[in-house]
Amino acid sequence: MDLSAINPILLIAAMIAASTPILLAAIGELVVERAGVLNLGVEGMMITGAVCGFIIAVNTGSPLVGFIAAALGGALLSFLFAFLTQVTLANQVASGLALTLFGLGLSALMGQSYVGIKPPQMVDTQMGFLSDIPIFGPIIFGHNIIIYLGLLIVAGTWATLKFTRAGLVLRAVGENHDAAHALGYKVKRIRTLAILFGGACAGLGGAYISLIRVPQWTEGMTAGVGWIALALVVFASWKPWRVLLGAYLFGGITQVQLNLQAAGVVFPVSSIGITIIIICVIIASWNLIFAKKKSRQYYFWLLFLSIAGVFFTIFFQGATVPFKVEYLAMSPYLMTIIVLVILSADKSRAPGSLGRAFHASQ
Amino acid sequence: MIQLELRPQPSATMAYATPILAVVLTMIFGGLLFALLGKDPLQAIITIFWEPIFGEHSFYYRPQLLVKGAPLVLIAVGLAVGFKAGIWNIGAEGQYIVGAICAAAMGLAFYPTESIFIFPLMVLAGAFGGLVWAMIPGVLKVKFGTNEILVSLMLVYVAEQLLASVSLGLLKNPEGFGFPGSRNLQQYASAHNTEIIANTGMHWGVVAALIAVIFSHVLFTRHRLGFAIRVTGEAPRAARFGGVNPSQIILFCLGMSGVLAGLAGMFEVAGPAGQISIDFNVGYGFTAIIVAFLGRLNPIGIVFASLLMALTYIGGDIAQSQLGLPAAAIQVFQGMLLFFLLALDLLTNYRLRISNVERKS
Repeated sequence: MDLSAINPILLIAAMIAASTPILLAAIGELVVERAGVLNLGVEGMMITGAVCGFIIAVNTGSPLVGFIAAALGGALLSFLFAFLTQVTLANQVASGLALTLFGLGLSALMGQSYVGIKPPQMVDTQMGFLSDIPIFGPIIFGHNIIIYLGLLIVAGTWATLKFTRAGLVLRAVGENHDAAHALGYKVKRIRTLAILFGGACAGLGGAYISLIRVPQWTEGMTAGVGWIALALVVFASWKPWRVLLGAYLFGGITQVQLNLQAAGVVFPVSSIGITIIIICVIIASWNLIFAKKKSRQYYFWLLFLSIAGVFFTIFFQGATVPFKVEYLAMSPYLMTIIVLVILSADKSRAPGSLGRAFHASQ
Repeated sequence: MIQLELRPQPSATMAYATPILAVVLTMIFGGLLFALLGKDPLQAIITIFWEPIFGEHSFYYRPQLLVKGAPLVLIAVGLAVGFKAGIWNIGAEGQYIVGAICAAAMGLAFYPTESIFIFPLMVLAGAFGGLVWAMIPGVLKVKFGTNEILVSLMLVYVAEQLLASVSLGLLKNPEGFGFPGSRNLQQYASAHNTEIIANTGMHWGVVAALIAVIFSHVLFTRHRLGFAIRVTGEAPRAARFGGVNPSQIILFCLGMSGVLAGLAGMFEVAGPAGQISIDFNVGYGFTAIIVAFLGRLNPIGIVFASLLMALTYIGGDIAQSQLGLPAAAIQVFQGMLLFFLLALDLLTNYRLRISNVERKS
């Protein structure tokens, strides 16, 4: 077992970096969903952004221009979705799927002559003495500009939705498009703008993967990050700051599993037991604090499970099996499912008109 | 100014015309795309749509139509059942993979015993694998209200990792000189999904696909459950008042699509693919979504849509080798088809009205 190869400070810094693509895509989708549109094409827009950013960055030699192109590319693809759902009133779920399938194909086509090329490097922002502060320096100040841009977008989205008139109108359109229409707001125009914003954010997130995180181009390289971003919006109950929290959680898991893969760590069987105990405690405390009262039987079962976990832990103390890379690679996806299960009970926060088509004649 | 007017009832003519119109539009825009790539568009379209059926080497390609079409029909028929009820199982790819893994594991467990019971057992194992994988989003949706779209899709990635894991580990061919991948089931007579009539591409998967189509057709035209599914999709509230149990519908729809996707995986691994390997899945599960829509969620429509999609796969391969058309171009082509289809759907539910003055109502 060689955990010493993992430097905790670098790990946390890397977690922040790993969460950025998910964060960007999710905050864009959050705005789209708050406007009452469910765009399942995040994955397609991300991969298109990734390839657009990559091509432009390689050809111009400037990663920043690449990022701008990625945002434009993502927005352009999302415009297709906006046309389908807002003008031709197509089913949003099907259109989103179509966008993903189309985006995956289009990106593969565009990027085929760029496989194996290294993109120009993005320089980290220089924060002078700030980066030299022990522990906090590398964690907070040692990143490139896109990470700070991501944080800025989250803050900006939060402030806009909460404090400005535009945010209020957007929310009104999402909560009840008929009422918003009756008040004279242009439902379709507002939704189209929200969709474009979501596309641009997803494009940026994709370009972050192809230009900074990996950095190279391979087909289908976003590998489900767009879908995780969609799950994240549910996880965050459509609140911007919770998206940040969730993105760090998922980014963290992705990074930890990558580090574990690299370190070739063996898996202590007893940790399954410990995980069960921790999950039980989290669920119990979550329900005690936030949710409605559950029956005594419910807590009895949780207690039973955690006691079983304790026995499991003691019984398998010291037993280890080698980690298989494949099982580690599953973990972000499994985690998404678990989080969805835990948080799906509370749907009350979902925008009222989410996923419903709007036409003035209806 | 073009205005939209809601039709009192969806137009039946348009329902049949839109898929054809969409195909024509896709051909035109696809031709433009090929021209942009520097290929002769007419030549490319002919290579993709004509060559496989009537071309010089069509005797070789024609059986492929059934081989590639059968899994698409199987998966799409299952998906269409769910889509009708508003249950979006988009993880058919995962169910397909798990069905194949279970079936191959069942077959290889008996290796090298020869018996006529092995193949039916594999069929059951494949169906079971797909069922289990589809039941995960199903049960989670029923019990916790989890979104089935996201869960089923996440399970595709999990299944892909599982596939990589078993082809490098559990199911790896012990005589494979260390290469990843299982034993070749084509060389194991009891487990091989052979062609029933030689050189036609007609294997057991095609038979299963036909049975599935008939079953689904009967379900929707003759059976109460099919009616309940349709009502659930079109008017969920009415369905509930009518005594339809939504949980039952969810589990049935996901279960059925899972079983069919698992079967598709089973017939593929035992026949055309022959073995479990890391790149076993080629995206049938996702293409089937397009097929289901193109076939208007109608079992018989799906058969035609599958044949068309199979044609683009085969034609795409030919175009790739003859014209140097990139493989991804076909993917774009298929995506485009779905776009046009969704956009043109407008015409079934709305009437376009061209007027200069604002309509007063």
